[in-house]
Amino acid sequence: MRRFAQLFESLDRTASTSAKRDAMAAYFADAPAEDAAWAVYVLGGGKLKRTASSTELRVALADETGFADWLIDDSYQHVGDLAETISLMLPTVDDSGEDTPLHVWMEARLPALGRLESGERIEQLREWWRPLSREQVFLLNKLLTGSLRVGVSHRLVVQALAQWAALPTDLMAHRLSGTWKPGADVFRALAGPERDDEHAGERPYPFFLASPLEHEVETLGDVDPWVAEWKWDGIRAQLMRRAEGALIWSRGEERLDGRFPELEIAAASLPDRCVIDGEILAWAPDEAHPLLFAALQKRIGKLKPGAKLLAETPVRLMAYDLLELDGVDLRERPLSERRALLGTLLEGRGPTLMVSPSIPATDWASLALIRGESRERRTEGLMLKRLDSPYRVGRKRGDWWKWKVEPYTVDAVLLYAQPGHGRRSGLFTDYTFGVWDGDTLVPVAKAYSGLDDTEIGKLDRWIRANTIDRFGPVRSVQPTHVFELAFEAIQASGRHKAGVAVRFPRILRWRTDLAIRDADKLDDLRRLAAS
Amino acid sequence: MDTELLLPRPEGLYCPAGDFYIDPMHPVPRAVVTHAHGDHARSGSGLYHVARAGGGLMRERLGATSDIREFEYGETFTLGDAKLSLHPSGHVLGAAQIRIEGRGLVAVVSGDYKRDPDPTCLPFEPVPCDVFVTESTFGLPIYRWPPMSQVIDGMLAWLDDCTTRGVPAVLFCYALGKAQRILAELALRTDRTVHLHGAMVRLVEAYRDAGVRMVDTQPVSESARGKDFAGELIMAPPSAAGSPWMKRFAKASTGFASGWMQVRGARRRRGYDRGFIVSDHADWRGLVKSVEDCGAKRIYVTHGDGEALIRHLREKGHDARPLRSLGRMPDERSSEEGD
Repeated sequence: MRRFAQLFESLDRTASTSAKRDAMAAYFADAPAEDAAWAVYVLGGGKLKRTASSTELRVALADETGFADWLIDDSYQHVGDLAETISLMLPTVDDSGEDTPLHVWMEARLPALGRLESGERIEQLREWWRPLSREQVFLLNKLLTGSLRVGVSHRLVVQALAQWAALPTDLMAHRLSGTWKPGADVFRALAGPERDDEHAGERPYPFFLASPLEHEVETLGDVDPWVAEWKWDGIRAQLMRRAEGALIWSRGEERLDGRFPELEIAAASLPDRCVIDGEILAWAPDEAHPLLFAALQKRIGKLKPGAKLLAETPVRLMAYDLLELDGVDLRERPLSERRALLGTLLEGRGPTLMVSPSIPATDWASLALIRGESRERRTEGLMLKRLDSPYRVGRKRGDWWKWKVEPYTVDAVLLYAQPGHGRRSGLFTDYTFGVWDGDTLVPVAKAYSGLDDTEIGKLDRWIRANTIDRFGPVRSVQPTHVFELAFEAIQASGRHKAGVAVRFPRILRWRTDLAIRDADKLDDLRRLAAS
Repeated sequence: MDTELLLPRPEGLYCPAGDFYIDPMHPVPRAVVTHAHGDHARSGSGLYHVARAGGGLMRERLGATSDIREFEYGETFTLGDAKLSLHPSGHVLGAAQIRIEGRGLVAVVSGDYKRDPDPTCLPFEPVPCDVFVTESTFGLPIYRWPPMSQVIDGMLAWLDDCTTRGVPAVLFCYALGKAQRILAELALRTDRTVHLHGAMVRLVEAYRDAGVRMVDTQPVSESARGKDFAGELIMAPPSAAGSPWMKRFAKASTGFASGWMQVRGARRRRGYDRGFIVSDHADWRGLVKSVEDCGAKRIYVTHGDGEALIRHLREKGHDARPLRSLGRMPDERSSEEGD
């Protein structure tokens, strides 16, 4: 793992994406294929099933160092990362022992750890830590507990591999899509010459992602070359019809097989070798609009939904693109042609498989008017796509735009704060906000983003100086500061103290011009949720 | 009563027995100053008492017209009913712990200190006492300083890498103490010239005048306009980061030398390319060791919130308390100042 630790260090040390790409490409060229395969997996965000709980890690650290539990907790709160806290608290050793290759850790050691009894596992962890350098302890803990974030996007890993293999990045993205099982042969195959049947098999096509429209819609020019569709609030998915049956891939490239049997049944009647891109939505029969996202969430969580859930919350696939038909990759064809083929393919298969209707418009102004109906139609706004656009790979600006409706906003008071993680560790950056219910402030939303570094620093100092009470890492503060929050949706919720739940809350601005009495009232939010 | 020797007041830490303040934040008639950093040495007081080794730096900071009395380390002097002496704290050149004897008690105010070796100043001297006042800037066991030789290895490797890539290496660090310590450590390993930001020049000269051996330095302002700094090491205070002054060093790789660089999140948040763990404060082990070495009956903790250190010391059987339990005084440091 020493070589991987060196790669990690060089990635962690630079903010330059080209330097990171070069470092990874050099590593891929240099490292043994069986280790490089796991590096691709881990850097791309892949993780093994968690084999040790954070409690076990803490116990092992306490046993190994003799530090009190509370001191370990205080240190963890300060660092914001358990893997790192452990690496900093263990005694340092010089890194001269024998090296255990990355693939041995991933294929043999970590899986074996999961099979031990808890007590043995704690002993094993201590034994593993002892000869390792601080960097390797950190990496080992990260591999044990979850993802390793090193400022490297999946896309950058793809680019580095493409650079190493001297192949186009889009092809590399496709070769890595879906479930990628690390192994020496699989890694070497990434660099193989392009074949005609690249797209056959179970791997999904890399998704084409739209960009948010940040300028006036008129800047897109004439409306004629564009088609508008609703921006559905569901799960983006690829439905693949293969000889063995139907496969469903999420946008996160995870298999959703079994979760949506009605889609798989409907797909069984599709011709073999076709691939549809669309949005899975929960939609009650004979309703004009989809159910709220919360209804769909019940389905996502269920690996094998029962008859009752299937009846209460049926889903459908709102299809908007056709990537493959009769085994032919259609991605280079214009959208107008793909949509026409999709319409023919799905004729008579509604409502379970239906085409997302295009919204006719002769000018932007009338589209803007229609966009105003988004909320009552339970959509997030409009999608604008160029009729002649190919189906690209990843987020490429220019052809596909999401034109979302303006968010809801609320003025709320800062009530609680707790330290953030990663680059915000040690700073109070995770905030809870409340609104007035009579003469008390009740918490309604948590938000983490929206302030700049200067504001975060200022607020952090203020929180430290104005803490009223502490509950573990959480501090309650004197209600003083008002913030304008934005959110996408609101609905009644029995699980939340305030009786409402907001979706995607974030901070728009620090309202230094408002006093806490100017904050909004819970009744206003309840009314919004009811409407 | 401890408050007869140490009484926190709005102006700073006051000694009633001797009628003087330690590191006052506002002008007072009589001050004893531990070291020359800006948050400890403030101008405007009537009379200053400092360690002779730091006299030059103090005059630099407090102004040549200030009334400054210098004492050798260990030399005894009297203020009011208190007998005082100054002892090395190992923090920066001339930094002192203050031993105060009076009313049947011995108190030591250690100021800022460290236990790691530093070629620019005398090492921390454990002073037996009844009452010990300690800082706790880095009061968690995650702070454990690596050997300086290892840090210098990292810096030289970074410089080599910058040379290969043909870019300047700009290292940010405190202008007083940290900069000179690094220059002195570099002198043991290399003879390359280091370029200095203007804010460091006079302080480096003050250290040279005090006999500290450092690598050759050259003010950036004296380099020809348009000089290529590729592969050169430039040192600057953190305030220069992101300022127009940086325009001379296009594509520079940036580093920051600070104890805070121990934590990855803090390193990434600051946005420097490289973090070097160098601190002039004690790490956790240094704090605990110093408390044990001085054998004090009571320990007062200041700077940083100190809660973890206090609890840890209490669990080990020490009578440790926050200094603010004796009275309120402003701690004007924000959470991450002092490094």
